[in-house]
Amino acid sequence: MRPERITITPQCRPCLPRHVRLRFDDLRGTPIVLAPEKVLWPDEISAAILRLCDGTSSVAEIAAELARTYAAPVEEIETDILAFLQDWSDRLLINVNTDHRVSKARS
Amino acid sequence: MTVQPPLGMLVELTHRCPLQCGYCSNPLDLMKADRELATSQWQTAFVEAADLGVRQVHLSGGEPTLRRDLEALVSCLSDHGVYTNLITAAVTLTRDRIATLREAGLEHIQVSFQGARRETTELVGRYRGAHEKKRAVAAWAREAGLPLTINAPIHRLNIGEVPNFVALALELDAERLEIANVQYYGWAYLNRAHLLPDYDSVMRQVDYVERVREDLVGRLNIDFVTPDYYADYPKPCMGGWAADAFVLTPDGMMLPCHAAQTIAGLDFDRVTERPLREIWEISDSFNRFRDTEWMPEPCRSCARKDVDFGGCRCQAFAITGDAAATDPSCIHSPLHGALRQMPEPGEIRHRAITRAVEKI
Repeated sequence: MRPERITITPQCRPCLPRHVRLRFDDLRGTPIVLAPEKVLWPDEISAAILRLCDGTSSVAEIAAELARTYAAPVEEIETDILAFLQDWSDRLLINVNTDHRVSKARS
Repeated sequence: MTVQPPLGMLVELTHRCPLQCGYCSNPLDLMKADRELATSQWQTAFVEAADLGVRQVHLSGGEPTLRRDLEALVSCLSDHGVYTNLITAAVTLTRDRIATLREAGLEHIQVSFQGARRETTELVGRYRGAHEKKRAVAAWAREAGLPLTINAPIHRLNIGEVPNFVALALELDAERLEIANVQYYGWAYLNRAHLLPDYDSVMRQVDYVERVREDLVGRLNIDFVTPDYYADYPKPCMGGWAADAFVLTPDGMMLPCHAAQTIAGLDFDRVTERPLREIWEISDSFNRFRDTEWMPEPCRSCARKDVDFGGCRCQAFAITGDAAATDPSCIHSPLHGALRQMPEPGEIRHRAITRAVEKI
């Protein structure tokens, strides 16, 4: 049975599922995401977020790192990342590890 | 004009198939196994395609798993950075084969269900036990960690089962459901008097799918291919002729869309006889309807010409006899009204390779 919808929180540890592939397309000179019957072209910031989605960093930690990289206020960055990841999660392009989900998601 | 590289490729590895659906997207003139490309010929074409820019492939048929070299083909594509989708009727798949395909690099599997109920699946595909087999394959795919799409081709015989298809997809832990209303070319055109649902059923279906799709955000992605016979404007077929994808047939013919050979007067090339890049970039047939310069009126001055590209060239040819005409599913086509006039329904014609087929 399908699992329920995920709500992305600052504590979530997002990751790309194995079948969602983030690469750099040398021919086109741009990041590319390959997913089931879908191709997406993330911009530079989106690709930077996705590269940090390793399943161990929390959204809050990702926001802190990007705030340093782009010298921007962490609250704003976190709000943007939460919205972006919720959208990607709703399209089933992102998984999360929350504390109570770790064992389930990894099984 | 600058020709952009292609991104996607649909590969019909074979026309052989254990099912006999009356809306099959293969041509009426089905080819036998002896005309199919050999493993090394496919591999050469796949490397050329990847070099040209193809990043995603749909391995289809017929039934692609009837090719015993499917693992080698998946592996070749995967090694060249091409994302592989397998489009299968699933009745010939085993648990072991799914595992070896996964190991070869398969990323995603799409399993067709002809009905959401056992009786319908058997009636439409004419294959006993198909429904249970498909359910088992779906479970094995999930067990192997493959993301699953359920493909539901919709027509008059199963349009009432759309809510059941949604329940089936949730039950089988699919992440995508394609509610794909049959497109009326080839076999489906031949059988259209049997298959085209009535207007009210289609409208009920549209309302239902739009509602349930919203309810299931974050759980199930529902892709909805609407039936263009009841639309006001045509669909943007293939995202435009030779815009970013192409098709390879079992004998290596390279086409801008899977039905392109139905258009009389266009000559296509085989990837075994001409470099794939050359066919994509400079062949007459690929350039014939590329972009918008070729368009006559009313498309030429239409504000939607960059939205739907004048619709489908194959449908335009099938109904008007002129492949450059406005797709009759458009309200601006003089033949729009005639689109829904159906011939008398005779006996439904099931696809079969051995049977001689009357040309339409």
